[in-house]
Amino acid sequence: MNENKMSIRRKLNDFYGRDVYTSRLIIMLLVVLISMLILKPAKFFSFINFQTMVAQFPEFGLMSLGIMLCMITGGIDLSVVGVANLVSISSGIILKALVAADGSLPWYGILVSMICGIVIGLVAGVLNGILVAKFSIPPILATLGSYELFLGIGIILTKGKAISKLPMEYSSVIAGKLFGIIPVQLIIFVIMAGIISFLLSRTTYGTRIYMLGTNMKAAEFSGLDTTGLLIKTYALSGICSALGGLVMLANYNSARADYGAVYTLQCILIVVLGGVNPNGGKGRISGVVFSILVLQMLSSGLNMFPQISNFYKSLIWGCVLLIAMTLNYFSENRNRNN
Amino acid sequence: MAQSVIKVVDVKKSFGAVKALKGVSLEIAPGEIHCLAGENGCGKSTLIKIISGVHAPDSGHIEFGDKIYTKISPIEAIMNGVQVIYQDFSIFPNLTVMENIVFNSELKDRRKLVNWKRFRRIAEQAVDRIGFKVDLNARVGDLPVADKQLVAICRALMFNAKLIIMDEPTTALTKKEVNALFKIIMSLKEQGIAILFVSHKLNEVFEISERFTILRNGEKIITGNTSELDDKKFTYYMTGREFEDLRFKPKNVSDEPLLEVENLGLTGYFHDVSFSLKRGEILGITGLLGSGRTELALSLFGISPADQGKIRIKGQEVVIDSVASAMKHNIGYVPEDRLSEGLFLPQSIADNIVISELENISSKSGVIDKKKRRSEIEKWVKELGVATNNPNNACNTLSGGNQQKVVLAKWLSRNLDILILNGPTVGVDIGAKHDIHAILQNLAHEGLGIIIISDDLPEILQNSSKIIIMKNGTVVAELNPEEIVENQLSEYMMGGNE
Repeated sequence: MNENKMSIRRKLNDFYGRDVYTSRLIIMLLVVLISMLILKPAKFFSFINFQTMVAQFPEFGLMSLGIMLCMITGGIDLSVVGVANLVSISSGIILKALVAADGSLPWYGILVSMICGIVIGLVAGVLNGILVAKFSIPPILATLGSYELFLGIGIILTKGKAISKLPMEYSSVIAGKLFGIIPVQLIIFVIMAGIISFLLSRTTYGTRIYMLGTNMKAAEFSGLDTTGLLIKTYALSGICSALGGLVMLANYNSARADYGAVYTLQCILIVVLGGVNPNGGKGRISGVVFSILVLQMLSSGLNMFPQISNFYKSLIWGCVLLIAMTLNYFSENRNRNN
Repeated sequence: MAQSVIKVVDVKKSFGAVKALKGVSLEIAPGEIHCLAGENGCGKSTLIKIISGVHAPDSGHIEFGDKIYTKISPIEAIMNGVQVIYQDFSIFPNLTVMENIVFNSELKDRRKLVNWKRFRRIAEQAVDRIGFKVDLNARVGDLPVADKQLVAICRALMFNAKLIIMDEPTTALTKKEVNALFKIIMSLKEQGIAILFVSHKLNEVFEISERFTILRNGEKIITGNTSELDDKKFTYYMTGREFEDLRFKPKNVSDEPLLEVENLGLTGYFHDVSFSLKRGEILGITGLLGSGRTELALSLFGISPADQGKIRIKGQEVVIDSVASAMKHNIGYVPEDRLSEGLFLPQSIADNIVISELENISSKSGVIDKKKRRSEIEKWVKELGVATNNPNNACNTLSGGNQQKVVLAKWLSRNLDILILNGPTVGVDIGAKHDIHAILQNLAHEGLGIIIISDDLPEILQNSSKIIIMKNGTVVAELNPEEIVENQLSEYMMGGNE
């Protein structure tokens, strides 16, 4: 009996040690869930609340996936929000243009606008990739520059105003629920996360970008096509952002050049919190997904306390992130000493 | 023997379960040049760190004259005249020579204000002491390695040093610079300063030291006079194994040349290099640093493509203008700097092995075949004898020799025709060095064409079937290793003008 207990303990310890980041996020998730169980059980643990939460996170969750990929190669993509807004504006314009004279959207309207959006995201990503890989501009500068560019194009297209009065069909499909239960935004996120997870763990592309992110020079000396790999990665990030933008368009039923400005930093923090090393070469999608869940639950939870004003929200956010990173420092030190 | 500068008595030290030192004693007299040798992981570094106060010993003690310490702090070590010059010299590359030299003593004197005149005076005295001619205002980062080392030596001398410990000081130096360093060491000896010289290069140990101590697995194997030591004994003490020097005898040499290089050149680096290589041959290329040997290798591998001359592979003229094109012609390259160019250190041994052959173990669409991947990894770990029980461990858990085997595996898994190795055994233990030489010789017998670039002359002599010597960017001699000895090689390398 006692022995049995020991072995369970050892197994838990082993599990914790194998992937400290994910394990810690699971613990944080449990802490949030338990505190909510004590404080607001009825409100938090309702079906409708969970449904709302899983419909909310995909917009920034998708962008986080893109940043994660770039960070694995040792870079970063600061243009995600710019790409997302540019895509949602362009798709919004296309949607409006497709509306027939009687005010209805033809059946192919949603599909066409989404495909156009994804293509724009892809082109934007390829541009980032070329700047980083061909012209060796540090990713942080290249994507900051392209962010301004995309923002600028967005402002010109909208003349600074919001694009609204979109055909309702789009929003009711993308922000709708499959079988009346599963939010479509979540489905888009799950499909994209699944594809990226497969790419990272099972394909040559995945292995190569981890290696490239670890040591660029050794990658060249090993005959990897570093330019091609980087362009592909930024292009994928562009597609993720485009999907994020398409979800935003549906959620707000409008598009503006400056929506979601806070997402850039939030996404970076999610990715780092999820155990992706900003120096490249390390990080798993499971960590990032858990990190997204923790933050979404935390923020939805906080919203349930009217006495905690929005002013405190940033403070609590900041504390959580700093604590997580301090813990990372200690666990890395422990690893080194072992 | 006069009173010793330092006496280490029966020092033991463990890190967790690892016994790094199992009771080591060491005594050094004033003005003695003592060589500390041993393979990686034998406890050399731990011993140095105990003497300099970085680690505290678990038991045993250290004596300086009549002062006995069971544990010593870095400050106490410095006060007793111990100075360590580490491999990276611990200098500030962005500061000037003068600032670097004066920095520590200014700190020690707790000065708050800068007095440039005093700086200059102190620094001038320091460089004069070893006859080191240098611009005191030069940025240290811009100096050649040998000069950086001298700056570190000058700084060490500031503290009334009685014992200077040099950790593998010759690793990055050319033969000429090593000679200059040895002269300085001799002059320090005359000033009564003892030197503890850490090295595993046999010829240096013989040349410079009077006494030696060899450690193996944390134990002192022997202390003695260098005059009583020879090659065989030295290797035996270091490794506990005896090695037969396997001289390479080419068999299975093809009739047709595999690689022919004609008047190859890269403006500014090398010119008019011609040679040919057949299957089954090992071509040794040697020359001083800056002779163009590394650039030649990089051109053949497409990193910095040549701009003059012709390359023919199996009789066909080819253009090698990128790594991809070199790889298409089945050329592999084991780079000079294993850590930064050859390996992805924090990644798994497994991924390091398969990274360059991913397309062979995956479907057309790029999905990796896990079975093929595993069998490929098992095959190479076994074939090259990489010492690991789990290839999923990070590559930086391996010793230098095993890391080099991983780099070899990365290329051999690609079915090469030509393998170029730049410094195949730099920073590798004697045991692993023998293993790697044996692997290379076998590969040649199996029909690979091999080019070894190295400044380790015994290595070149032992493993080549043909040697070319480069100087000032071109080939100055092509020699048969059967007909020459080491000294002749270095004469060709230095050549006439020195």
